[in-house]
Amino acid sequence: MSLPLDAADLAAIWLTLKLAALTTVLLLLVGTPLAWWLAHTRSRLKGPIGALVALPLVLPPTVIGFYLLVAMGPNGPLGALTRQLGLGTLAFSFSGLVIGSVCYSMPFVVQPIQNAFEAIGKRPLEVAATLGASPLDRFFTVALPLARPGIITASVLGFAHTLGEFGVVLMIGGNIPERTRVVSVQIFNHVEAMDYASAHWLAGGVLVCSFLILLLLNRRGRPSVMPGTRA
Amino acid sequence: MIRLQLKQRLADFTLDLDLTLPGRGVTAIVGPSGSGKTTLLRCIAGLERAAEARIEVNGNCWQDSERAVWLPPHQRALGYVFQEASLFPHLDVQGNLDYGRRRSRSPASDSQTAQIIKLLGIGHLLKRGTASLSGGERQRVGIARALLGSPGLLLMDEPLTALDPQRKAEILPYLERLHAELDIPLLYVSHAPDEVARLADHLVLLNNGRMQASGPLQALLPRLDLPLAHSDDARVVLEGVVSGYRSAYQLLSLRLAGDEHLHVIHGELPPGTRVRVAVQARDVSLVLEQPQHSSMLNRLPATVCAVETIADAAQVLVRLDVQGQPLLARVTRFSADQLELHPGQTLWAQIKAVALLSQAAGPPSSRFATTIAASAPDQ
Repeated sequence: MSLPLDAADLAAIWLTLKLAALTTVLLLLVGTPLAWWLAHTRSRLKGPIGALVALPLVLPPTVIGFYLLVAMGPNGPLGALTRQLGLGTLAFSFSGLVIGSVCYSMPFVVQPIQNAFEAIGKRPLEVAATLGASPLDRFFTVALPLARPGIITASVLGFAHTLGEFGVVLMIGGNIPERTRVVSVQIFNHVEAMDYASAHWLAGGVLVCSFLILLLLNRRGRPSVMPGTRA
Repeated sequence: MIRLQLKQRLADFTLDLDLTLPGRGVTAIVGPSGSGKTTLLRCIAGLERAAEARIEVNGNCWQDSERAVWLPPHQRALGYVFQEASLFPHLDVQGNLDYGRRRSRSPASDSQTAQIIKLLGIGHLLKRGTASLSGGERQRVGIARALLGSPGLLLMDEPLTALDPQRKAEILPYLERLHAELDIPLLYVSHAPDEVARLADHLVLLNNGRMQASGPLQALLPRLDLPLAHSDDARVVLEGVVSGYRSAYQLLSLRLAGDEHLHVIHGELPPGTRVRVAVQARDVSLVLEQPQHSSMLNRLPATVCAVETIADAAQVLVRLDVQGQPLLARVTRFSADQLELHPGQTLWAQIKAVALLSQAAGPPSSRFATTIAASAPDQ
């Protein structure tokens, strides 16, 4: 039996994995400080920023995709900036896709980490301060290790959610082989072409993959973040 | 010397204090809950920033709002023991102990570390995870962790309150040893009179964010104008010197400041050892004539200084002077009327029970940490 996936399918899988991995890494880098800020700030901006981060949970992906497309376009603020920097426009490029995915999967990463930081409470950080740890030291040696379960959950959710995105990709990435054509778009192509067999292989793959990821996440359980230290 | 001047508005009152505390020994901070004790400690540690404050610990200025000086907590050489041990759950006991020691500017040396671990009896726990420790063990590790950074000031916020009586009894001896061996000042927030009597040298009474009284423990406990003397387990603390031991009766004799003697059932201690004893007001009864045939072993000649009716009006509190040492007696108002108690009157105080608290001072090798409350035996 020949391999049921053709070269275009494999390219789409590879592109999807690359996109999801890169997005997850970027989200952890951006989302962790953002989650820290949301967990600790008393600023009036906490509400609006928190709502902004959560928007992708409720908005149709096409809405996010549309506004990102406009922003990245030659007349949009982001597009103007990238053109100024000599990078051209980001729309219909892999970089644009990464930016879109980061926005789209943001709440799936920020919220678990924020919850984990909030569950730690003030006390362990105060203890560390009285033991001579500077704020940065406290963040890396106390907050991050204690938030580890939340960070793992966030990574898995961010990765899995990026695997499954479609609307945003289509809006800002289009359907360019090896640059923006990810698995979900490729499945759409197969269905459009009435090639249900190929669609089945890819769709089934995504289904099984997502199921396994969630199963793994649940089996890890949710160890209580800090037993006995909430004041 | 510790200078504390601070003003901090809180939800329902203002913490407004101006205190000078001794630069070594244990200062107990007592007061009803919500009187600002914990806030005071948190301000000293820098965990909260008092709006107006000057905090100086043995020559180091930690905050001076007038000169805009403010050291963040991690730059203050202090150890803080919280009510719950708050050990880091992601580190084992050794990791917890190392955390502070590694970050200290003057960490405990290896031999000091070994000594502190031994003092707190946690040597066998070092490889254990924190989740498997008992409450008492956790708190001992927490105390050791605070000490290993060689702080210039130790702050303890009701470290025993979260523990059951048994764990409490298990950990108090360690604190007493600490008291005897520690060179740095320790501020100890508590509302347990027995802890205070056993540990404190100096006492600060807070009420509604204000200082009600501050002074040596022995001087404050018998003061009738303070709430301490009016509590159910009011007591005075006396210091004495071991003057003899009758092994057949297991009876330890102590000479008090005024040449009077007290007798306590206790193990033998070398003559000359300085000890601290507590006498509860309810364990003191009064007789007008010198008792001749009594099972009460401890009888001291005393002069009545003051008589005050206690809130419930059925009992009176009598402040006595035993050759310069204060003593409190609580008797029924009926008895007080029968004996016609009045200031200046001389009589005899019979003491039902004397609790030997700890040795006041001495070379480390001879220090011990047992506490035995003993009733006097029948003669």
